[in-house]
Parts: sequence; C-alpha cells; structure tokens
Amino acid sequence: MTETLEKPIRATEINPKFKYEIAKMHGGEKLMRCFQCGTCTSDCPVARFSDTYRPRQIIRLAQLGLKDRVLKSDTLWLCAACFTCTDRCPQDVEVASVIRVLRNLAAEQGIVPRVFTEEGSSILESGYAYRIPELRLKKRETLGLPPLPKGNVESIRKTLHDVGFFKKCVEKKGE
Amino acid sequence: MAEHKYLMFLGCAIPYRVAAYEISARKVLKKLGVELVEMPEFNCCGLPLDPVSHETMLILAARNLAIAEQKGLDIITLCPGCAGTLKKVNKMLKEDKVLREEINKHLKEAGLEFKGNVNAKHIMQVLIEDVGLEKIKDMVVKPLTMIKVAEHNGCHILRPKEFIGFDDPEDPKTLKTLIEATGATCLDYMDETECCGAPSVGVNDKIALQLARDKLNHIKMVDAQAMITICPFCHIMYDTNELRIEKMFNEAYGIPVLHYPQLLGLAMGIQAEELAFNELRVDVSKILSKVCEGGK
Repeated sequence: MTETLEKPIRATEINPKFKYEIAKMHGGEKLMRCFQCGTCTSDCPVARFSDTYRPRQIIRLAQLGLKDRVLKSDTLWLCAACFTCTDRCPQDVEVASVIRVLRNLAAEQGIVPRVFTEEGSSILESGYAYRIPELRLKKRETLGLPPLPKGNVESIRKTLHDVGFFKKCVEKKGE
Repeated sequence: MAEHKYLMFLGCAIPYRVAAYEISARKVLKKLGVELVEMPEFNCCGLPLDPVSHETMLILAARNLAIAEQKGLDIITLCPGCAGTLKKVNKMLKEDKVLREEINKHLKEAGLEFKGNVNAKHIMQVLIEDVGLEKIKDMVVKPLTMIKVAEHNGCHILRPKEFIGFDDPEDPKTLKTLIEATGATCLDYMDETECCGAPSVGVNDKIALQLARDKLNHIKMVDAQAMITICPFCHIMYDTNELRIEKMFNEAYGIPVLHYPQLLGLAMGIQAEELAFNELRVDVSKILSKVCEGGK
C-alpha cells in the first residue's frame, strides 16, 4: 500500500473538488485549515508502530484531491480513533474526524473491512454488535446478573432501513 | 432509599466477555446508594459503526437516548466508548436543529423521538460528581495502603475534550483520585494517556498488541503491582491479551489488571469472592493475598 502513496502524482489524478466534498460532511469541515505541521503524526500512537500510517499524509492527500489513492489505501483503516491528534492539533482540524469522513466515503464505494459488516449484521439480528453466545446469557443467571435487555430487532430495522450502509450490509448477507 | 437512579446501559463488550466489570460495578454502586434500572430494550451505542457510517452511529445513539427519555432517566454506562458516543450525539443533536430533524425522521419510523432531555454519564463521572469523594472515602473500611497500582484511563473517557470534558486529557486526575480514595498508592508512569490499541484489533493485530505491550512495559518499569482500568476494551487488551503479548514478544509481565470497581469493592469491605476475580485471566492471587494479609 506504500506504493499507492509513493507513485508519482499525475495532474489527471487530482480531483480539485474533493476537499469541498469532505468539508460538507460532519467532521470534515475544517480540512482546509491544515498547514502540515505534523503534530498529528508525531503524537499518533499507531504511527509509532506502523511504517505506512501517517495522519498528516492522509490529510494532505485529501486536500490535494487524490481521492482514489486515499480512499483505496489500507492505511486509512489503521486509525485507532484515540483522538490524540484531534485534541492536540494547533489548527483544530479534527484530524480523527476527517479520517472518519474519508472512511465513510470509502465505505460508500464498497470498501469496508469485514469486521464492520459483521458488527452491522449482528446489530440488525440482535441489537448487539457482537454475537453473544447462549452460554454467556445463561451464565449471567449463575453469576447473579439480571437478564440481558433484548434488542427490539423489528424497531431497529425500521430506524435503519433506508441507511446506505445497512442496505449494503443486508443485501450482502442475502447473497 | 437510593439517592441516585440511573438507567444501566451495558453496551456490547461487557455482556460479551467482561462480566467481572459488571458484577463488581453493580455491587459497589448498590452499596453507594446508586439504583440501577435496566434498559427496557437495547441496541449498540453506534460507535463501532462510526468508521463506516456516521449516520448509523447517530441513529443508534439517538435511539438509545430517546428510549431513556421515555423512561425519564439519565443513563449510566460502564464503557467509556458508549458514554462518549451518547454524550457526543446528545450534544450534537441538542445544538443542531437540522441534524436533529434528520435523525428524528429515522426514529419516527419506529415511533421514537429524540427530545434532548436526559444525560449520559460514565460510572467514573457518577462516582466523582454524584456520589462524591467524601462519601466514597466514608465507605472505605479496609484501606488498601499495602498496594501500589498504576491507572489506565483509556482514550474515550478523555478525548475528544470538546465532548467528554470532565477531566484534563493531558493530565487526567479523576481515576487517580478515585484510586487514592481506596488507600492504594497510584504511581505515575510514562505515556499514561496512551491508547491501548483495542480499536486496531481486527484491522492490524500486530500494531494493536505492540501498543498494549508498550503500556505494560512502562507499568512494569515503575513496579506497579496491578493495573486499574475503567474500560472493557482496555481490560481485554491488557488482561485477556497479556499472555498473548508475553508470548509474541518474549516478555514476562504477570501484571494483574483489575476493574476499578473491584479495587473499590475490596476497600469497601466486599468479599473478594463476590467481586468476580476468578473471571480475570492474569493471576491475581499475589495482590489479593497482599490485601488480605494487610487487613489483619
């Protein structure tokens, strides 16, 4: 994936309107404030252990309008959402939120790591993001814990039925 | 009679695999006069799906807030992720009328409406703001002066400051103060506010475990006898995964990881057997015997 970021940039790759698309979304409003100081990358706990994940680079790619490179990059999914960059950014860019916006845009193109589709289907089936084994539910009683509140599945489905991600999630499951 | 009443929002991780946190929290809260009412129905707070669909997160969180509003009760959570999400969405929807109407359109499909008249708090916030430090100290019958521990707050109880805003994310004091209220010494160490790595599990396990290992190294350096957490995900990273980290990086830690209510419970004189220590992975016998000997 480093390759995607290191290949020479061609003018034809640039989508000059991409930054405005991001700035219209919740959390992406302040993308243009970034002046590339690098506070986000230097404070990022993931960047310390990754050779490729650099929040500053992701922001720059987004500003430049290198839409495909940034949305198709594996590194986009490495952010741990610890919000250190958001709290320390001297320009108040809300870096973690911009990255979340970019992930949302990637998801709209069908790029979704499996863990998220699994959690999505689990929520539709039970209300819970993880499939809680029957054994655990029974064990609650022996541990003296009250029964687990149930998900109102029908009602949850009603509230989510026209959300793009869920349409995809459910459709995929039906395939 | 209970002085404080809350709707208990368990989240997904705790019923899935972190029972000790729930068991100890319920015992401690009961003794401190906090009454818990169960959620009439449940759905995930929404945070796990925020990366792929912000809209989904907003709807799921708002749905829970709307249910709490029907009950007329504020929410308490044990998970900082849930607390942070519910707080954030509550604030966003209260302040942004257009967004509120948009989300309410979805909720209306299920006969629900977000009005914005309840709050959500993490257990730590309830302990410090509602129960109060004085009352907690009064309830400590067995001060744990014989042990030295290290705290780990986790990210979502601190950041982003704009939405959480009850402690200083650069130099958090609340958990330390609560630990010291039990009589235990709370040690300072390097990079205290650093992420445990849990959100990267499933995307890149190696990076996630390296983050957790870093923290365990720093805690080992100051000779802490235990680590104290207030987040189910952080607890999984350090307790459930400690052995895995030891094997992967050829290290030996043996650092027990306690949920804060377990520590407080001990200090409040609740028997160790009632605080679900047997649910933890890392051996706790050493620190428990230290507590028991010290009490004699």
